[in-house]
Amino acid sequence: MTLKTSQFRFTFWKVVFLFLMAAGLCATFVRFTQGLGASTHLNDQFPWGIWIGFDVLCGVMLAAGGFTLTAAVHILNIKRMHSIIRPTILTAFLGYLLVCVALMYDLGKPYNIWHPLIMRNPHSVMFEVAYCVMLYTAVLALEFSPMVLERFNLQKPLKVVRAILIPLVICGVILSTLHQSSLGTLYLIVPGKLHPFWYSPLLPVFFFLSAIAVGLAMTIFESSMSSRHFGLQLELPVLQELGRVLVGVLGVYLVLRVEDLAGRGVLKMTLQPGYQMYLFWLEIALCAILPLILLLQPRVRANPNGLYWSAVLVILGFITNRMNVSITGFEGSTGVRYFPKWTELAVTGMIIAGGFALFGLAVKHLPIFPKEGSIEDSPEEQAPAPPTASRVLQHAGD
Amino acid sequence: MSKALLYDSTLCIGCKQCEVACADQNKLPYNDTIAGEELQSEHKLTFVATRGDKFMRHLCMNCQDPSCVSVCPVGALQKTAAGPVTYDPAKCMGCRYCMVACPFSVPKYEWSKLVPKVQKCTMCPDRISQGKPTACAEICPTGATKFGERDELIVEAQQRIHDKPGNYVNHIYGLSEVGGTSVLLLSAVPFETFGYHTDISKDPLPMLTYQVLSHIPQFVPLGGMFLGAVWWITHRREEVALAEGRIPTKDEKNGRNP
Repeated sequence: MTLKTSQFRFTFWKVVFLFLMAAGLCATFVRFTQGLGASTHLNDQFPWGIWIGFDVLCGVMLAAGGFTLTAAVHILNIKRMHSIIRPTILTAFLGYLLVCVALMYDLGKPYNIWHPLIMRNPHSVMFEVAYCVMLYTAVLALEFSPMVLERFNLQKPLKVVRAILIPLVICGVILSTLHQSSLGTLYLIVPGKLHPFWYSPLLPVFFFLSAIAVGLAMTIFESSMSSRHFGLQLELPVLQELGRVLVGVLGVYLVLRVEDLAGRGVLKMTLQPGYQMYLFWLEIALCAILPLILLLQPRVRANPNGLYWSAVLVILGFITNRMNVSITGFEGSTGVRYFPKWTELAVTGMIIAGGFALFGLAVKHLPIFPKEGSIEDSPEEQAPAPPTASRVLQHAGD
Repeated sequence: MSKALLYDSTLCIGCKQCEVACADQNKLPYNDTIAGEELQSEHKLTFVATRGDKFMRHLCMNCQDPSCVSVCPVGALQKTAAGPVTYDPAKCMGCRYCMVACPFSVPKYEWSKLVPKVQKCTMCPDRISQGKPTACAEICPTGATKFGERDELIVEAQQRIHDKPGNYVNHIYGLSEVGGTSVLLLSAVPFETFGYHTDISKDPLPMLTYQVLSHIPQFVPLGGMFLGAVWWITHRREEVALAEGRIPTKDEKNGRNP
């Protein structure tokens, strides 16, 4: 595998990375020396902010590619997708690790994080969430371990992991299903507080379906980014297939959402102008309507850029959805507006930057992408890279 | 038997003795500034709201089937048989789900502390276990806050409304709200005046999450078997196809598309 190598020099993204890390460390200092009050804009009306809304809810959602792809490859035996499974597992594993990091900032007493192990309340969704985070992080660590074991040529443990791979994958899929949906179930207990656009008895279903959609979108996104920044071949036919499945998932999601709104009699409300209405339409347009319009055209699906931008829309749309459910959806009933403090943003920025850097490091030093020659696509299908935005990955690992 | 508090706002004179006694009982500061604060906070667990010549107490409702107890992952919050909803800070890990889940937004957090606790009225569980009334009920000079058996207090509240229907809104707040609470309120003016929502669910909210959670024990083995079966079928199909020579073996394929 050839990677672009470079001498150490200050590039734009390296400066951004160092800045985010420095700001994050300052914020970390404030958080752990002065407490949550000094380091967040949280208050009694708004006990959960972006550390839960973005870092945890979106972090878990963005890691959903892990179970989607492992299920497709190992359970459904779709061999074509095997070539992109490792970067997806890596993303999921990093995602969950970073969610754990974010939790350490958000919990009032982070050193008690192990309490659910011995103090059990099976009636609590948070208890289910705690167990899913713990167990699935462990499963992901094992699913990720072959990449490390191969690197150091440790055949014995490798054999063990391979032997238990299928049960492991099954556990992972079940835990993910539970975890993704349980993050929606969390909000089932606040019918009077969460705005009716987002409160629904189907919240767990919506969270699960959207996790699958984001899992597929993230896989397309990552593969496109990786092909651009690590000079790898794009697995275009595989991504096109993911795009087709994504259309199906988004279609089901949109129909269910509309049916749910109609069933609860709030469909008319979505046309009354207001703060919540704009956010609702922004979310629906980004996560379902626009990507569906794009992906339903074979021309767009055949085009790497079309696929890439559709995936970006889906990801942004469902991030908006999670923010609406966890933050803006509560602003009506609490009568309080919440905007994160710089420290909250800095910690989140540091966590994201850390994720990119770790991904870059892992790609550089571990056998994440298939070795050259084993890629099964014919060369003429190799796509031009998406023209985009972030070039963080290129030097992130330096 | 379950104990409860009956607060009759028509008897209240707004003397705020209950606030003083509560602060004293829970070892919280109390002074003129705090007396002027009309909200529950981490240093004020109950307050008497004033609207003209009408008063209304606010405190933890100590629900019969409390959301906070149901959502606490570590069981730091507990509903005792005697009525109080208690809190154990040693168990708490600070996830603050109780604050999100409480339909009355009662639990407050010590945001400024490095080792923060949740704060809320816990209905003086130590006093009740010693057979004493809550601090607020004991000190109340007019009997506006009355401590007793929940069943008896409900009968008494109904009697008071029946005897002087002109004095009361015909509603006992807490009789059926979220499945009933251990604090019962009577008011001369609509409860909404003081921010108590009467359109709140009459069913206990924990059912909403539990009816989903209760499926997990079935879901896990069934899901596992289902996925195992799918795995077996897809791989068996491949084996058969290989044996029948319908798909090329790995060697024949040699880097080409399947």
